[in-house]
Amino acid sequence: MDKQNNKAWLYLIPALIFIGVFMVYPLVDVLIYSFEEGYNSASQTYNGVGGYNYSFVLRDPYFLQAVKNTFILVIITVPLSTGIALLISVGLSSIKPLRNLFQTVYFLPYVTNTLAVGLVFMILFKKTPYSDGLVNLLINWFGGSSVDFIDGPYAAKMFVLCFYTIWVVMPFKILILTSALASVNRDYYNAAKVDGTSPFRIFRRITLPMISPMLFYLIITGFIGAFKAYSDAVALFGTDLNAAGMNTIVGYIYDMLYGNSGGYPSYASAAAIILFIIVLTITCINLIVRRRFVHTK
Amino acid sequence: MTNLSNYEKTEKKVSVRKKFFNVIVYTLLSIWGLMVLFPFYWMILSSVKSYSAYSSEFVPKFFTLSPTLENFFDAFTAVPLADYFVNTLIFTVLTTAVMLAVIIPAAFAFARLNFKGKNLLFTLILALMMIPNELVIITNFTTITNLDMRNTFSGLIFPSVMSVFYIYLLRENFAQIPDDLYYAAKVDGTSDFKYMMKVMVPICRPTIITVTILKVIECWNSYVWPRLITDDQNYFLVSNGIQEIRENGFGRENIPAMMAAVVVISIPLIVLFLIFRKKIMEGVARGGTKG
Repeated sequence: MDKQNNKAWLYLIPALIFIGVFMVYPLVDVLIYSFEEGYNSASQTYNGVGGYNYSFVLRDPYFLQAVKNTFILVIITVPLSTGIALLISVGLSSIKPLRNLFQTVYFLPYVTNTLAVGLVFMILFKKTPYSDGLVNLLINWFGGSSVDFIDGPYAAKMFVLCFYTIWVVMPFKILILTSALASVNRDYYNAAKVDGTSPFRIFRRITLPMISPMLFYLIITGFIGAFKAYSDAVALFGTDLNAAGMNTIVGYIYDMLYGNSGGYPSYASAAAIILFIIVLTITCINLIVRRRFVHTK
Repeated sequence: MTNLSNYEKTEKKVSVRKKFFNVIVYTLLSIWGLMVLFPFYWMILSSVKSYSAYSSEFVPKFFTLSPTLENFFDAFTAVPLADYFVNTLIFTVLTTAVMLAVIIPAAFAFARLNFKGKNLLFTLILALMMIPNELVIITNFTTITNLDMRNTFSGLIFPSVMSVFYIYLLRENFAQIPDDLYYAAKVDGTSDFKYMMKVMVPICRPTIITVTILKVIECWNSYVWPRLITDDQNYFLVSNGIQEIRENGFGRENIPAMMAAVVVISIPLIVLFLIFRKKIMEGVARGGTKG
């Protein structure tokens, strides 16, 4: 037993070193950073301890803009993407021919590089002196006038960001929902059919309750993922997100850390902790709501 | 007689309704399919249009009659795309290899060996799954900078190695292997290490492959950490390369060449996906996140 005890630690040591150095230590450290005032990264000194970093971040217009952008993004993309994914998954599970083909196609965005494909979206939406771009061409066909989606009005930029975000997160949601739908016991449906229940009622009374745990899982991960949005925005608007007015909270953290406006790890830490608190709060609210609505056996 | 015809009528009505329903479903699915595929089509199409043809189209054309490969040539000569590619390959292979070497023994210890505080330690490690990456990346950035490991492969790789979730996934799989096998091997005088490598790893190969593929996808697409830790082009990965190309590459307006680079970057993962389609989708359903 004792011999095995020592041996077990031998097997664990590499993993524990990695976890300790790159996960646990940073976690403690980031808290300390966030309370060290006037930290200078060159000399690694600071001149006091307190909440100044937090009050600075919370009053920084760039941060407030980032919070606003992130919240809009979350509120629009999470319900929309979950809803559309549910619609598509229900459609997918009601057909047989071509189902595999559709599933394969729908999954493609998952395995593509967010930055690379974001560039394609930028080109589709961008208006340049040489060309109005494809999306504007479509708008013109329907009688609208061209809009610059990349350097233009805020609403247009937000629209592209939401559109691309939904495009990116869809594969995961469709995959999870189709497998949830496939695992619903057929007996329930057969019983309902014998009773002559209408399809809509079957969906509301059987399908929805049965897949509700997975649906809530998707909503929670969707919230968390959307709050951490960053690379989608970089892909569309470039690395200087503050200039584009399209920064996200995570983008703000990285900008504070590094880059043209960087060198302030204390501010970055404070912002990261604020983000963590926001995400934690939303997740808790979700879990409370979940307890009320999700069907459990 | 009347009963029968009534029945037939109902049946006919149902089948008409069913057909109508099917038309709607297929239309809906096809629309989303087009939405997914169109960006890929556009990217390939733009990459084979010549620069002059592309820039003379004020109204973009949906096809081209004179495809050219010169953009791909440009992508490899005007910017160091090949270097970005090799860097990403090295980064992906090494990170995944180190991860496997670290998590397999850890999962083995949690699943098979007994030691004091095992459950407590496992719970603590699971709790770490809730910690967002953004929180730890700040200190990691400072650590790597202080160690003077910016613009090195070790600086890129080491902080990217650990994935707590995969330890959990592997442990669950290891734990399913019956204990009898272990005792039989012990009687035969097999060492723990040999048992892990010769029995457990082969039995759990499907899970290990899944974990490997998920990690490869993650590495190939990683952007944030490499961006923070490298500013020397010689160490850029493809994501950073693409961003660099976009901001200073071919001259801002040479979109066909950019698209060629995007095609080249996207191909490896798409090929990997088409080969391991089932495995990847299963793996993601079990353990993927993103979005």
